[in-house]
Amino acid sequence: MERAHESIISPAARLVILLVEEQLTDEEMERIIFKPIIKTGAGFYAVVAVLGGLVALGAYAYYVQLSEGLIVTGMTDIVIWGVYITNFVFFIGISHAGTLISAILRLTKAEWRRPITRMAEAITVFALLVGASMILIDLGRPDRMMNVPLYGRIGSAILWDFTSILAYLAGSMLYLYLPLIPDLARAKELKGIPRWKQKIYSFLSFKWKGTKEQKMRLERGISVMAIIIVPIAVSVHTVVSWIFSMTPRAGWHSTIFGPYFVVGAIFSGIASIIIAMAIFRKVFGFEKFLKPRHFKYLGLMLLTLNIAYIYFTLSEYLTAGYWGQESEGQLLAAIFGGEYATYFWIFVIFGLLVPAFILAIPQTRTIKGIVFASILVNIGMWIKRFIITVPSLALPQIGSEWGVYSPTWVEWSITIGAVAGFMLMFLIFSKFFPLISIWEIKEDPTTKKHVVDGPEPTSSKSAEGTVQIRSHSDSSAD
Amino acid sequence: MNAGRRRFVKLLGIGAATIGASLAGVSQLLRHLPLVKGDSDGSAENAPRKWGMIIDLKKCDGCRACTEACKIAHHIPFNQEWIKIYEVEDNPLTPPYHLPRPCMHCEEPPCRNVCPTGATYRRKDGVVLINHDRCIGCRYCMTACPYSARYFNWGDPPHTQEELAHEYSPEEPWPHIRGVVEKCDFCVTHGEKGILPPCVTGCPSGAIYYGDLAEDAVSNGQELLKVSEVVRVRQAFRYKEELGTGPRVYYLPRG
Ligand code: SF4
Ligand code: SF4
Repeated sequence: MERAHESIISPAARLVILLVEEQLTDEEMERIIFKPIIKTGAGFYAVVAVLGGLVALGAYAYYVQLSEGLIVTGMTDIVIWGVYITNFVFFIGISHAGTLISAILRLTKAEWRRPITRMAEAITVFALLVGASMILIDLGRPDRMMNVPLYGRIGSAILWDFTSILAYLAGSMLYLYLPLIPDLARAKELKGIPRWKQKIYSFLSFKWKGTKEQKMRLERGISVMAIIIVPIAVSVHTVVSWIFSMTPRAGWHSTIFGPYFVVGAIFSGIASIIIAMAIFRKVFGFEKFLKPRHFKYLGLMLLTLNIAYIYFTLSEYLTAGYWGQESEGQLLAAIFGGEYATYFWIFVIFGLLVPAFILAIPQTRTIKGIVFASILVNIGMWIKRFIITVPSLALPQIGSEWGVYSPTWVEWSITIGAVAGFMLMFLIFSKFFPLISIWEIKEDPTTKKHVVDGPEPTSSKSAEGTVQIRSHSDSSAD
Repeated sequence: MNAGRRRFVKLLGIGAATIGASLAGVSQLLRHLPLVKGDSDGSAENAPRKWGMIIDLKKCDGCRACTEACKIAHHIPFNQEWIKIYEVEDNPLTPPYHLPRPCMHCEEPPCRNVCPTGATYRRKDGVVLINHDRCIGCRYCMTACPYSARYFNWGDPPHTQEELAHEYSPEEPWPHIRGVVEKCDFCVTHGEKGILPPCVTGCPSGAIYYGDLAEDAVSNGQELLKVSEVVRVRQAFRYKEELGTGPRVYYLPRG
């Protein structure tokens, strides 16, 4: 038994753990992670002011749209959906970052996930809120929104969306909340926490004492949620894609759309986690938790999804283009070499190929490289959603006159406001809740004390050499 | 296999079974629930009419008189043409020709199938209408209609006294309001009163015929055609019928 146990964690790895992970005591860890909650610098208010200003700009634009109607947008009777629907698909895509990835990593017991799950789960909730509001903003009669649940026809893909997005929102909020409980119970006891915050924490953490029984139940609840959330998350982006593919339109009516969208969602979702990690790592000094290896692992996941997305894209366009109805041909001509070619090739080159190379080549697979690739991916994926939405609508269904669409300042302001709102929610969250799950790191079996205190490896010399190399490459990756 | 894993597998099994069962259930529902079709028990229940149209492309010269007549009769906002003239081309060897496009009042209308609220519905007599009091303006129906027959009120439609005095009904959908989708209503109230629609009477060359397909008769105001015969003799076609929409508008080719 003992031998088997040893062979799981090699001597070298154990030393790595010893040197890299065990530098922090529990107190130091809490000090770093809780710091943003206790202390707020002037920089924070400055950023909040800027983001708040941008949100206000978006809100003003929406006010204009509400009072004049959708006529203030660039949409027409031909191109009837535009930037709002693009944003909707984009944000719902990002929402897959979180919960799905954190659930999968939890279920597969990937221990390195521990410092990143909280951020991932938070992304999901905020992206869902922003994404869902995009649909509301796009409605001609937002005042009648309740007609969907009241008179909903189960034959409509919009009703499927409504249902699965609500389920996902509820599920991912619960899934964000459950692992927060022990941390909130701890936060309540911290010095320097104002009374009102203490009240919130003690309300939210119930009577958490960290007993064995409580822990068991919590772990159980989290595991159940992790299992439930995976099919819900997959369903969400599948039905988003079905909104498009259930219509008899060239470029939309495609059987591949469900998986294509799900893969695209996870792709842009991982990229978003990486960006969020990089920002908070710098701003809050989380270097001790978010290590180069986290970026590398996520970078490799991103690369996998990147390749999968290239494959889907190829497969989608090749089958439609090789033999397709006349309208498919017209559409592809416009995308590859016409009106929309610039967007399309920017997406292909900077959104797919360049990131793939950056992530595939070890020399460029550094934290900087990975973050840069993630930014490219997210820009590229926004453009891709635009190319899915607009050209199929602009394509003439009768006659030969193409629709034109150029978004107005209202649409751009609302878009900017949405992105700023997403960041703002995240920022405010960071001032109330620890961005890294402390208790889960403490529970990490690979860093548990008994492993480190185990018998010294016999060939400590060679092991040390390995450590040298490992930690060297880790720091050079930064 | 340890207990935990066994439980996990069991959970997965239960999950899969639940999903499977609910999918089966939903597909059953899809078949039976009136909700899905969204058909109303329209006023025409007792009279199983089948309103339809025949358009003779040989006669149409693209003058747009039908469009204008329709606009006036329905007080239509400026951006909309409920019957619109398109110039189309069948192949490179034949000259382009004019194709008037009303709403086809499809028998299997994609616009109704995708509508989330049932605002778009199909009456028993086959007329597809929009309830402006229920429409949320999502415009999903517009993406689904293969004939671009639908229009949206992006801003406030201009009003006239006469239009405002009228009482709204889906069959005669004015006063027009902002934020909802509109389209040709097939002048079903005219038909029920035995009057021809304005596009039919407005066409100087008598290219449009309107009537009850169940009675096998349509008229352009000057002559009466036997539908089954003219469709056979002139080899009528329905536009994009290969999509399975089942249009109620037949075109007589230029031949
Ligand atoms: S022509 Fe378009 S709007 Fe009219 S019934 Fe068919 S799908 Fe609906
Ligand atoms: S715009 Fe109105 S009629 Fe069209 S699908 Fe939406 S709710 Fe239905």
